[in-house]
Amino acid sequence: MTVLQIIFLGISVIIVIGALMTVSSPNLVHAALWLILALAGVAAIFVLLEASFLAVVQVAVYIDAISILIVIAVMLTRRAMGETERQINRSWLLAAFAAFMVFSGILSLFSQVPQLANTPSDLVESSEFYIQELGKALVNVDQSIIPFEVASVLLLAAMIGAIFIARPPERAGGDS
Amino acid sequence: MGDPFTLIADFLRDLLLGFGLDPGLTTAILKFVGAAVTATIALTLTFFTIWLERKLIARFQDRLGPNRVGPYGLFQTVADFAKLLTKEVLVPEGADRSVFMIAPLLVVMSVVGLWAVVPFAPTLFGSDINVGVLYLVSIGSVGTLGIMMAGLSSNNKYALLGAFRTVAMMLSYAVPMILTLLIPTMLAGSMGLTKIVEAQNPVWFVILSPIAAFIFYISSLAEVGRTPFDLMEAESEIVAGFHIEYSGISFGMFFVAEFLHAFTIAVLTVTLFFGGWQGPGAEAFPILGFVYFLIKTAILYFVIIWIRATFPRLRIDTINSISWKILTPLALAAVIFTAIIDKLTPGDGWARVPLHLAGSVILIGLTLIAFRAYARSIRKQSEGSGKSLAQTSEAGS
Repeated sequence: MTVLQIIFLGISVIIVIGALMTVSSPNLVHAALWLILALAGVAAIFVLLEASFLAVVQVAVYIDAISILIVIAVMLTRRAMGETERQINRSWLLAAFAAFMVFSGILSLFSQVPQLANTPSDLVESSEFYIQELGKALVNVDQSIIPFEVASVLLLAAMIGAIFIARPPERAGGDS
Repeated sequence: MGDPFTLIADFLRDLLLGFGLDPGLTTAILKFVGAAVTATIALTLTFFTIWLERKLIARFQDRLGPNRVGPYGLFQTVADFAKLLTKEVLVPEGADRSVFMIAPLLVVMSVVGLWAVVPFAPTLFGSDINVGVLYLVSIGSVGTLGIMMAGLSSNNKYALLGAFRTVAMMLSYAVPMILTLLIPTMLAGSMGLTKIVEAQNPVWFVILSPIAAFIFYISSLAEVGRTPFDLMEAESEIVAGFHIEYSGISFGMFFVAEFLHAFTIAVLTVTLFFGGWQGPGAEAFPILGFVYFLIKTAILYFVIIWIRATFPRLRIDTINSISWKILTPLALAAVIFTAIIDKLTPGDGWARVPLHLAGSVILIGLTLIAFRAYARSIRKQSEGSGKSLAQTSEAGS
């Protein structure tokens, strides 16, 4: 076992613990913080894979986004800081079953991809090249510019919707 | 002689290899030593910058400032920290103990982490990752998280208010800041900070895009919460904001992080817009580059203190409207202008300066026209409402 594998296993244990605590912590804020720990572990795995772009984006998007999530959660929910919420409801068995099925489905799907059986040494060498290719593909007419633009239109629609909802109701008979 | 940094690194490497260590292990050890040295220097520097800031602000306000401990009061901060260290770290009743204790660590970590990618001299940089600019953004957001955690876990209404204000403000100002970070990236053609500094060889980016440099400077001041934007710890409104419940060394950490962050803004602005270590003879003698870097940083840091000593605090609605109504549209326009002009002018060096400058002048002109129109509409509105007020009072009497 190499040093890299030991580090990988350590990070994986942290991710799993973080994920478990996210769903089992009775305190909403703690759950969000554990989620951040799990996502930071994923970023560390990206670093191990030399995918520094993905790692940095992971931290920027998720940690920023989740600190907002905490604020919204605290402002909108009752007893957010308390430990009174129940962790399970009636359909926990069903949910566990669904999660298990999705996980095993992904696992069996990945095990059929032939490249993944090999060691990813060639990927490590040229991760920067792949990122450049990804960037070009996103704005290339022949490749994926349409999904890219559709995604941005979707985000724009979401933003307009949010502004519309947050707008104060117009006063009846007001002059402004 | 001119390059002590490589000399020291080579000496240490030879020493460790001489002990019969594995080359890979040697590199790992050197990286750890480098990280420890950088963090220690950064944190020790804070002793000096805190003294400098207090002294300068005292001068601005026609006082003497610290002048009892050591020559010119130089050891005042050391004494203050000795005091902070000996104080008890109190955890308030009903606080979220573990979150409360982790929060200051995260805040300090986010500031020191910024230093990891800054090239201080041609041969002196922590890590040259190719996504350096994005790294700055993501590490900065960890600090926001730390402040959030401090505010939420303190079990104090004022701390909570401070944390909410912080998040509202940091969100607003992250947008123009990230947009302006795109401009040096575009001009240099790379996200790595070392490449960005190298690309500023004849022309600094502040000449090519003064608007971007200005917006970056302002919005990173807001990100730290320096005085015109220090809503999160507005003493007259919410006592001390998010760190109201902290005492002893955990308060000291917030304190250090804040002052170090102010200095780090100067460091980053120099790196991104003012040519980093570039200067005459810096390529041949890296130590000269380091000196240039320090001089530029000192000048920008002085301006930060100057702003702190001069400007009063803004209101929360003004702060957010400055960001959303002025800085964000301006940054967007600057990004579009820079992208188009950068495509139009091939090559680099002085050849592309006139077009870029013309673009900046047009943008500044448009901004001024927009300000004028806005001011006129405000004036008209206030005149109108003043008239109607007068009419109602006449009618009432």
